Amino acid sequence: MKKFRKAMGLVLASAMLVASLAACGGEDKKDDQNVDSGSTNGEAVLKIGGIGPLTGGNAVYGQAAMNGAQIAIDEINAAGGINGMMIEFNAQDDEADPDKGVNAYNNLKDWGMQILMGCVTSGSCTAVSDYAHEDNLFLLTPSASSLTSITYDNAFRVCFSDPNQGVGAADYISQHQLASKVAIIYDNSDVYSSGITEKFTAEAQSIGLEIVASEAFNADNKTDFSVQLQAAKDSGAELVFLPIYYNEASLILSQADAMEFKPMFFGCDGLDGILGGVENFDLALAEGVMLLTPFAADATDDLTVSFVTKYQEKYGEIPNQFAADSYDAIYIIKAAMEKAGVTADMSVSEMCDAMKAAMTQISVDGLTGSAITWSADGEPTKAPRAVVIENGAYKAME
Amino acid sequence: MWKKLNKNTRKNAVTYLMLIAAYLIMSVLQKGGHLSNLISGMLVLLCVYAIMAVSLNLTVGVLGELSLGHAGFMCVGAFSSALFTQLTMNTGMNAGLRFFIAILTGIVVAAVFGILIGIPVLRLRGDYLAIVTLAFGEIIKNLCNVLFLGKDSNGIHVSMKDTMSLGMEADGIVIINGPQGITRTPKQATFFIGMLILLISLIIVLNLVHSRTGRAIMAIRDNRIAAESVGINVTKYKLLAFTVSAAIAGAAGALYAHNTSSLMATSAKFGYNMSIMFLVFVVLGGIGNMRGGVIAAVLLTVLPEVLRFADDKRMLIYAVVLILAMLWNWTPAARTFREKHSIRRMLAGRAGRQQKESGEAAATNKKEEM
Repeated sequence: MKKFRKAMGLVLASAMLVASLAACGGEDKKDDQNVDSGSTNGEAVLKIGGIGPLTGGNAVYGQAAMNGAQIAIDEINAAGGINGMMIEFNAQDDEADPDKGVNAYNNLKDWGMQILMGCVTSGSCTAVSDYAHEDNLFLLTPSASSLTSITYDNAFRVCFSDPNQGVGAADYISQHQLASKVAIIYDNSDVYSSGITEKFTAEAQSIGLEIVASEAFNADNKTDFSVQLQAAKDSGAELVFLPIYYNEASLILSQADAMEFKPMFFGCDGLDGILGGVENFDLALAEGVMLLTPFAADATDDLTVSFVTKYQEKYGEIPNQFAADSYDAIYIIKAAMEKAGVTADMSVSEMCDAMKAAMTQISVDGLTGSAITWSADGEPTKAPRAVVIENGAYKAME
Repeated sequence: MWKKLNKNTRKNAVTYLMLIAAYLIMSVLQKGGHLSNLISGMLVLLCVYAIMAVSLNLTVGVLGELSLGHAGFMCVGAFSSALFTQLTMNTGMNAGLRFFIAILTGIVVAAVFGILIGIPVLRLRGDYLAIVTLAFGEIIKNLCNVLFLGKDSNGIHVSMKDTMSLGMEADGIVIINGPQGITRTPKQATFFIGMLILLISLIIVLNLVHSRTGRAIMAIRDNRIAAESVGINVTKYKLLAFTVSAAIAGAAGALYAHNTSSLMATSAKFGYNMSIMFLVFVVLGGIGNMRGGVIAAVLLTVLPEVLRFADDKRMLIYAVVLILAMLWNWTPAARTFREKHSIRRMLAGRAGRQQKESGEAAATNKKEEM
């Protein structure tokens, strides 16, 4: 009995210790928040959180997005901040996983986040937007393209939605009479790829494009595409639609070349990065590939040139569309904040309400489109740009 | 009174008390606002993984078979229960009752899959269960990725191609949308329910282990031929343990599905990596040691999150911690060190010394207490 009492004493003592430590932690945090709200000292700070996959299989996208955002924030801070507030940015990793995304979101809330730029991937964004909606926290995703990602009124996005791209691509092919027989090769385990394919198929049927083959692969089998290519070849397709990312597309192009299958290839913004993003890929194979992309790193306008130079100086590589999307996202947040007259002492919820109203009134010229406007459902309105690869570089198509 | 109890009963009671204490401490902290958003957002997830650790521990530790597809059972439980909730969402059914039936659905469906896999495989000797469950997990994950299911006024439509081929009326809603999975399942899983399910599964497993059935199962694990020779029906007991294990995994899945608004069958969530992760919980916590498994599950899930401040280095720290924990648990040198400096021994040693010092007084006290 004595031993038991001792053990219980130990347990209770440690429980008390833990409780008191946790209590201390809580108080410390409150102090931090007071400092950050800017009321106690002169320097007002705005806390923007970012969530994206910084490790794991999709790290390329998340890292590029956070790098792009960082460049925009450095520029804005150097120029005096937003409404006089300096931006503090905190990028958290979600490994493209919804649960980790929610953890990252909660972690950012503990840090004192006021605006969320994220999540980079659709599934994670869908899960996080639920929590952001409960907290009425303003969310602007640079690249989550799924419809479910921004169902709530506090969520907006920079990129095109999946349906938008699928319909856009089908319309483009039909209007420019590129082909009448189309084959699709897509990743049926990927939200982005299957989302576009679905809308593309629906639109193709309604405008009379004939889809002669629709071949799927999945994330576990994405190195050998000979079966899918053979099916496309046998079906007599004139054009192969590739709503996938550039890594798989580069393999498809090499393997199609090896089996002497030479149709036209047409892709969406996921193909951006095929020039320079893949090692040991013969760029000659990408000649003639067409893609819809909001961003081309070798465009010659001042904004793009300055962004690409800065990005290359800082990170040593050519930025892809994720970097451009999040660079724009930060400037969009800035525009909306200036429009709404947001100050750092507003609560998260007040800020969100002001931002929601401002978003539908602003028009932003960015890397991924000019005069972009938003409707209250969070979707951007901008013209898709089609480019064709010629002599190893993008060339705008009519 | 405590001493009179059976050693196993005492050990189990400590496990239950630990859980209840953990629940009370966490709830008090949460109510008082002393818990960070990060931790309070993870509470249900921790329960899910702890339940998975208990479930796999039954297969690996007690039954002695290797299952590399436990995430598959969780996946089945998650999708079937979320599907049930989605289908009955607007029928005016009481939300609490609906959630209860959804959990039961997850349990039953996972158990059925457990039986289906167990019947052929558990008759064999060797590593066949590991191979088959590995394949099962991957098959289930890929099936969920190509499954489309919608509901309209005509009833339920299923397709393996895309939402277009569901051929639904205009009022139809897509419930399972291929790789996008099931979105916006009501978040009904709370920390209380998670703890309750964890406690119930622990009670079931611990009671099973210390029952006649449990002794039969462990006899099969330790020596199959000897067990057969005394008339134990090997297949029956193996199947029983495996089905219970699958059913508990199904409950964990159901809990998980009602905690996330984006249920997707990704490789990271229901692939074999996750199954291996559950195995790591079990091995680290001690094979066959339920309490250890639960603690390991909680620590290993919380660790990468609290290490967020270390950015990229947290993966490295995590791996190092894992290796150190394995060494601490299993190397002979660490074991002797632990035995020499264990809390139990220190307590016993001090109690012993005090008893000597206080002499008779203590002895009389003790008599009175008893």
